[in-house]
Amino acid sequence: MAILVDDGTRLLVQGITGREGAFHTGRMLESGTNVVAGVTPGKGGQDYEGVPVFDTVAGAVEATGANASVIFVPPPFAADAIFESLDSGMSTVCCITEGIPVHDMMRVADYIGTKDATLIGPNCPGVLSPGKANVSIMPRDIFSPGKVGVVSRSGTLTYQIVNELTQRGIGQSTAVGIGGDPIIGTNFIEILGKFEEDPETDCVVMIGEIGGNAEQLAADYVRSEMKTPVVAYIAGFTAPEGKTMGHAGAIVSGGESTAEAKSEALRSAGIRAATNPSEVAELVAEALGG
Amino acid sequence: MRESDLDLYEYQGKELLRGYDLETLPGIVAGTPEEAARAAETLGGTVAVKAQVLIGGRGKAGGIAVVHNAREAEEAAERILGMDIRGHTVRRVYVEGGAEIEKEYYLSITVDRAAKKPLILFSTEGGVDIEEVAETKPGAIVRTHVDPLLGLLPYQVREIVFAAGLSGDAAKGVGRTLNNLYKAFEGLDASLVEINPLVLTKDGRVLTLDSKVTVDDSSLYRHKDIAELHDVEAADPQEQRAQEVGLQYVKLDGNVGILGNGAGLVMSTLDVVAQAGGEPANFCDVGGGADAEKISTALDIVTSNEQVESVLFNIFGGITRGDEVARGLLSAIEKTGIELPIVVRLDGTNAEEGRRILAENTPENVHTEETMLDAARRAVELARDGGR
Repeated sequence: MAILVDDGTRLLVQGITGREGAFHTGRMLESGTNVVAGVTPGKGGQDYEGVPVFDTVAGAVEATGANASVIFVPPPFAADAIFESLDSGMSTVCCITEGIPVHDMMRVADYIGTKDATLIGPNCPGVLSPGKANVSIMPRDIFSPGKVGVVSRSGTLTYQIVNELTQRGIGQSTAVGIGGDPIIGTNFIEILGKFEEDPETDCVVMIGEIGGNAEQLAADYVRSEMKTPVVAYIAGFTAPEGKTMGHAGAIVSGGESTAEAKSEALRSAGIRAATNPSEVAELVAEALGG
Repeated sequence: MRESDLDLYEYQGKELLRGYDLETLPGIVAGTPEEAARAAETLGGTVAVKAQVLIGGRGKAGGIAVVHNAREAEEAAERILGMDIRGHTVRRVYVEGGAEIEKEYYLSITVDRAAKKPLILFSTEGGVDIEEVAETKPGAIVRTHVDPLLGLLPYQVREIVFAAGLSGDAAKGVGRTLNNLYKAFEGLDASLVEINPLVLTKDGRVLTLDSKVTVDDSSLYRHKDIAELHDVEAADPQEQRAQEVGLQYVKLDGNVGILGNGAGLVMSTLDVVAQAGGEPANFCDVGGGADAEKISTALDIVTSNEQVESVLFNIFGGITRGDEVARGLLSAIEKTGIELPIVVRLDGTNAEEGRRILAENTPENVHTEETMLDAARRAVELARDGGR
């Protein structure tokens, strides 16, 4: 099984004719993902790699029955693209775009509460269920089907750790990049809950970083709600206070947002916390009894 | 591109807040003691001479003086200008008129990440460190979340004002200030607006005595006027240059230069280098889809730090493509003529093609490693041997 996206996913790509949208649509198609439509306002009627392009999401949904979308729209228009997706009844919306204003995202996060939909991102690498669906910019070659769920605030760090898992012969059920922004659609806890309910996920890897307190909240959740073992890794032990380390959300501002404090909170909740990516794969093998 | 949110100087923030009808005292910016004296004369009476720095705790550091005439203002400015306040040099002072204060309050609006909503904090214990108040008297702070789609509702304003026990002029003035400050928070795309203290004067006015405004820099495309306020003097010159070309760069103190793609991977690379016994010289994220030009600039910025003895280039391609990275790296090395040892680790999208390109053309100072751990160890070793 998988969470969020699987072989029933009928994917729509918003911004399909842009540089990144086009490149990754090609890769998602190569992964066997059922990409049914694309949207670029003003380019309706064209097609890209055999995928029909529409002017509006509603038009695309009506014609193709798309039920999930992935967004490659530039920051000034990205929040609007998310609203458009939500209003067209998408159940999963995945926003890759980086640099969406935080006030736009607060409105989006507020609105999504009125919809039966899951927003992954923004500023995220997407969601990939190996062998089933690739709704992401992740390099699919490093993945292998299996029973470890991965949830992460960082794209490249996800690749690093998935690669190490695969090299050890440990496959993945679904990898979810939730994004590195201060305001994101779906946080660790919601994804951990989905993995807990997934009968085919036997262990979860949670990849966090400095900034905020999302990892501590997740630790409390794991302690009280989860039976599935969790292995965690927090990046940013060497980050100085007050400096933004790449991600808008990655800034040490106060004691609780350091990598040490987070790793400590995780450990005290019974979570195995690694100090580097390679150790993650070792701890997963241990958790799986290997 | 973002390096971090845009902090504004007090005088800049106040100028913006005045645009939202927040009442402040009259003030004049001065860059020299003479200008400060003239400002004090223009304003008349008792004035405050306040250091303009992008860091808190000015008062404790001696960066604020209350003076009674032009001569005293000149002396105060003489002392404060050029002062170093926790690593920040004072280049300007703000000379501000005085007021007779009856009561001090604290008011701020921030983005609450966990709740995904604006959070208003109000306290009748103003003028002091709010974190201290939160610890010693948590009951003295009123906390209210705002629904960003509805905005601040009138009943919420009433709740805050009454929960704080205000009445009369204070209740009216604080209520009006709350409404205006929320409009400013929204209109400026701020990640923080803080008034501390917000004061009730003896004649019943409520005004902004000291304030802090931080603007979300992802929103600057729709605030061209605020983007221009960005203070280039305050930033490290290399950090400034990195920002101009869209690189995320933070200078650190070690001798291993670190470049990579993606904030998480670069942060992790720093950690692994530290675990291997080395010291990172910087954090440099070339971002997604980096081209040759960008890699060249990044390499130049990282190696322009004299302390750097070796460079670790760690790429795991997703949106970034390994072949482009390899070509970019080679052309960057050719262009910059850099001779320091460079350890390259390349994985992910089109990595095989990238490794093939590197294998065919590798200059002597470029070393490739298969894993992140090996690459980190190698870079630390090379730095220890003295790269230069």
